[in-house]
Amino acid sequence: MPANLSARLCSFALSLFLIAFALPAFAGPFEDAVAKFANDDYSDTEEAIGVVASSGNTLAFPIISALQDGRLMADSDSKKVYVTGADGKSIDAATGQPVASVPDSASAVRLNNRLRRSVDAALGSLTLQSPDLGTRLQAAQSVFKSHEETALEAVDGALAKETNKSVKTALGEARAAILLFKPDATEVDKLEAVATLKARGDQEAMALLTGMGDQPASVTKAAASAISSIQGSLAVWSTVQNAWYGLSLGSVLLLAAIGLAITFGVMGVINMAHGEMVMIGAYTTFVVQEVIRTRYPGLFDYSLLIAVPLAFLVAGGIGVLIERSIIRFLYGRPLETLLATWGLSLVLQQAVRTMFGPTNREVGNPSWMSGAFELGQITITYNRLWILCFTLAVFVILLAMLRYTALGLEMRAVTQNRRMAASMGIATSRVDALTFGLGSGIAGIAGVALSQIDNVSPNLGQSYIIDSFMVVVFGGVGNLWGTLVGAFTLGIANKFLEPVAGAVLGKIAILVLIILFIQKRPRGLFALKGRAVEA
Amino acid sequence: MTPHMLTRSLDRGATIFLAIVAACGILIPLSNLLLPAGSFLQVPTYLVALWGKYVCYAILALSIDLIWGYCGILSLGHGAFFALGGYAMGMYLMRQIGTRGVYGNPILPDFMVFLNYSKLPWYWHGFDMFWFAALMVLFVPGLLAFCFGWLAFRSRVTGVYLSIITQAMTYALLLAFFRNDFGFGGNNGLTDFKDILGFNVQAEGTRAALFALSCLALILSFLICRSVVSSKLGKVLIAIRDAESRSRFLGYRVESYKLFVFTLSACMAGVAGALYVPQVGIINPSEFAPGNSIEAVIWVAVGGRGTLVGAALGAVVVNYAKTFFTSGMLAPYWLFMLGALFILVTLLLPKGIVGTFNAWWDQAKEKRAAATSASAAAEDGVTEPKMAE
Amino acid sequence: MNVMDTRATSAMLYLDGVHVSFDGFHAINNLSLALEPGEMRAIIGPNGAGKTTMMDIITGKTKPDEGTVLFDGVTDLTRLDETRIAELGIGRKFQKPTVFESQTVQDNLLLALNVDHSVKGTLFWRGSRAESERIDKVLETIRLTDARNRLAGSLSHGQKQWLEIGMLLAQDPKLLLVDEPVAGMTDVETHLTAELLKEINKTHTVMVVEHDMTFVRELGVKVTCLHEGTVLAEGTIDQVSSNERVIEVYLGR
Repeated sequence: MPANLSARLCSFALSLFLIAFALPAFAGPFEDAVAKFANDDYSDTEEAIGVVASSGNTLAFPIISALQDGRLMADSDSKKVYVTGADGKSIDAATGQPVASVPDSASAVRLNNRLRRSVDAALGSLTLQSPDLGTRLQAAQSVFKSHEETALEAVDGALAKETNKSVKTALGEARAAILLFKPDATEVDKLEAVATLKARGDQEAMALLTGMGDQPASVTKAAASAISSIQGSLAVWSTVQNAWYGLSLGSVLLLAAIGLAITFGVMGVINMAHGEMVMIGAYTTFVVQEVIRTRYPGLFDYSLLIAVPLAFLVAGGIGVLIERSIIRFLYGRPLETLLATWGLSLVLQQAVRTMFGPTNREVGNPSWMSGAFELGQITITYNRLWILCFTLAVFVILLAMLRYTALGLEMRAVTQNRRMAASMGIATSRVDALTFGLGSGIAGIAGVALSQIDNVSPNLGQSYIIDSFMVVVFGGVGNLWGTLVGAFTLGIANKFLEPVAGAVLGKIAILVLIILFIQKRPRGLFALKGRAVEA
Repeated sequence: MTPHMLTRSLDRGATIFLAIVAACGILIPLSNLLLPAGSFLQVPTYLVALWGKYVCYAILALSIDLIWGYCGILSLGHGAFFALGGYAMGMYLMRQIGTRGVYGNPILPDFMVFLNYSKLPWYWHGFDMFWFAALMVLFVPGLLAFCFGWLAFRSRVTGVYLSIITQAMTYALLLAFFRNDFGFGGNNGLTDFKDILGFNVQAEGTRAALFALSCLALILSFLICRSVVSSKLGKVLIAIRDAESRSRFLGYRVESYKLFVFTLSACMAGVAGALYVPQVGIINPSEFAPGNSIEAVIWVAVGGRGTLVGAALGAVVVNYAKTFFTSGMLAPYWLFMLGALFILVTLLLPKGIVGTFNAWWDQAKEKRAAATSASAAAEDGVTEPKMAE
Repeated sequence: MNVMDTRATSAMLYLDGVHVSFDGFHAINNLSLALEPGEMRAIIGPNGAGKTTMMDIITGKTKPDEGTVLFDGVTDLTRLDETRIAELGIGRKFQKPTVFESQTVQDNLLLALNVDHSVKGTLFWRGSRAESERIDKVLETIRLTDARNRLAGSLSHGQKQWLEIGMLLAQDPKLLLVDEPVAGMTDVETHLTAELLKEINKTHTVMVVEHDMTFVRELGVKVTCLHEGTVLAEGTIDQVSSNERVIEVYLGR
């Protein structure tokens, strides 16, 4: 972990400095400037910030970031200034020597809003030339936001040396932002700046263009056209964004509902404890990660790969147990099954609560699932993307399993005509147990994926059960493709309603729409027709 | 028509049940008010309120049994009708607070002042009048049930599908009532009630009267249910429960029957909620939680679906157990017990307590009848045993 | 309800060019059939010939894709639902006996009586002497007088079949659709059922679906043979059973 990754980690940076550099202790312009922090005067502080920031001294960054966080302590009597690390250890700001303790008379150097902007700008330019790519990018972006004129020089300097393409773009945009607000910049520069911002094309660029104040007529005109072009592209991107969120939500819904499509859709068993199977999968992931953390930390990135088969076995095993001990006595009595499995869900929740406590448990993202990337104007997080891929993979595997394996054939046979299947030598009760186990196992796998984006608590399953049933019923019972279409339709509809109606009202609207839809098509989108069964 | 054996024996059970409820409704308030506090027979006020709650639950259980036990409609959203009735009463009680609220606004309840409402939302008008609120207690749940049922039953949504969409209905209402801008106090719901019809809701006398009223409401609900299920309509309901499509081919408009009984049931649930609110002193969105509705169904299952006495009894027994277990050391195990109750009742006691008892009683009676007719036959020389009428 | 000015046909039940398919499977294919008032008709045909689907169409359970279904010459049945069709006077006995098992035999008949079937009517219903007399009469006809207070679920299979026929009698429809009335009956019961249906036919139009050829022969009525959703042959039982195509269908080609 590089120490200069972010200003917040500067206490660690501090100790690095202490080990690496023994600084010469003579008074120079840097030391004088540092002493000015002790004057408790805003204009002196501003001057000090300027000198320290441009000094090139390795202490500049820790000092300025300490100033920003209120950890820069100054003693007005001795004119001594100290940097206190987040870990409580302190150094002399002028020399970098560690000190045992900061005198009681020292107090944090105060800032006002104007100074805060200078601090931000100073920090921005300080980090513009950092060896770390991420830090440079962040710094360029922070200059873009602050667009302080003072940073122009630093930006130009950094631009000349920069080789990375994305940082170069960011620096160019930062430069454009500064020039746009610089009163004495030439018209040509400003027009160029408008063009750069137009190319950036996001909400922030638009904010700068709308708030740039008095400008030459040509610039105002260019800005107006840039704004309308940005608005157009933003509208497109927001649609794309909604669609992506919708797909992502749809994949979560599908993942939660897919096991139910087996137990409810294929077997006709209404399992209210389905959500708890998902929860058990999530807790399996938690346990796997706990073991890895304490015993084999190196395997952390593989934790999910280990958790998936385990969750399938654990949840599937519990499913088989449930089928054998409860559900098989209730076939043909759907309402009783509903009640018994609801009771079961209470028991499972309480059992998990007793074992793991009622609070959320921490399940981490492996490195390949954390982070995000930009696609045009939208940010796609890796965990959501992986979950979408994972869901589709589970769906395809399940479909193939039902179609091409012997168990799949037997399952279809038993659900279509139990008596005939039995007379052909299929052990129907074994198939029942395995089918239910399969549905539960898939719910367990869903739990592994959902542990990455949701709180792992005993109530995890509860939040999915109604949605899952809605998906299966909406899609059409007994049809996996219906479940797929149902999940993505509901996910996307939900995300497009959300900006219009708000999250809660959107959800209510979806529920009401489904209720109305079921009235129209009581058997769902892809219902199977057939000779009406008697009575 | 000669009344059937089973109905007759149930009739006796019903009479005993009504007598017990009436006795409780009279004796408990009297004991609470007249006997000196702390004396052996005096029922403390907190118990009066607690039992009042049970009685309201019993009414809710009756309303569920009417549709589930007799018509096969398993509603997992009856808590919503209960809560709506409760909110209607809560709105009346809020309007009664007047200037005694924290903000002292004569019109707006405290939460509206807090949320910067400039005027009363239109749907709050009229709730300062008791008769209007009382009407709404019946009307709002009834209307929702009517609209919902009209849509659902006409499109022949039955069985678990209906159960799931009723659950979705109460879930949607839960989300809606949690919102501050919905105008019902959001998260906190309605509380801090002062008085009802001019009587202080906290006063012992009011609580005793509310208890007596709840018992009266239970008796009335029971009588209504009883007359419905013992009429020919009751037979039609059972016919629909057992063979819906057969009933259609006999010319019964199944959806009208379901709609009638569903709406009636929702109104009863609303009354139960309205009586519940002044006794517990609060109504908030958690009453809409799907779990509550399912729990109410299990009361009916425990007591015996299809037997009215059983439903009421089940509500009292389960809730007594809940109070007993959740207040002691066993609290962490209550959910295990409740869950196990769901499973065991459906697996081992599908007829519930009263249903199982009835079956046992009938069997014993049949045996006795057979024995007597056999001995009579031996004496009289009549060879053909006759069914007891 | 489509009421035409004049009767389009003299038939009690008139099907013309009826088609229905489920997901591409043609269950009923250009089916045309006419039943005159007072007639009894036996419908035979191998499994999957569309016999039950035809009854579903007549009683409103299934809507045909195209074709005409007229009742009593004036009423278009394709536009009505089961309840309305039952009210018009079409009664149906199912293949598998369906009676209300948790109610007594006489309550089953009471429910079937063609009196006011509205919610209000049943809620405020008071029994009348006429009604109990009718029930007593039906009980006698179906030989279940002694079992009147037994739960229908406790009856034997044959008794349930009869109770269901009794319910049809209590319903007193103009047209009776009877689906496999003698399935699972002993020879004696089969014979009695044939007698019962003939008795009923004196006052009602009847359509019987049956596999049992002895029974059909005993009924001695016009026979229609269905195959793959369409009429294969029509005539007396002897004509039909000597028809080459019928033999082909039944014995395999």
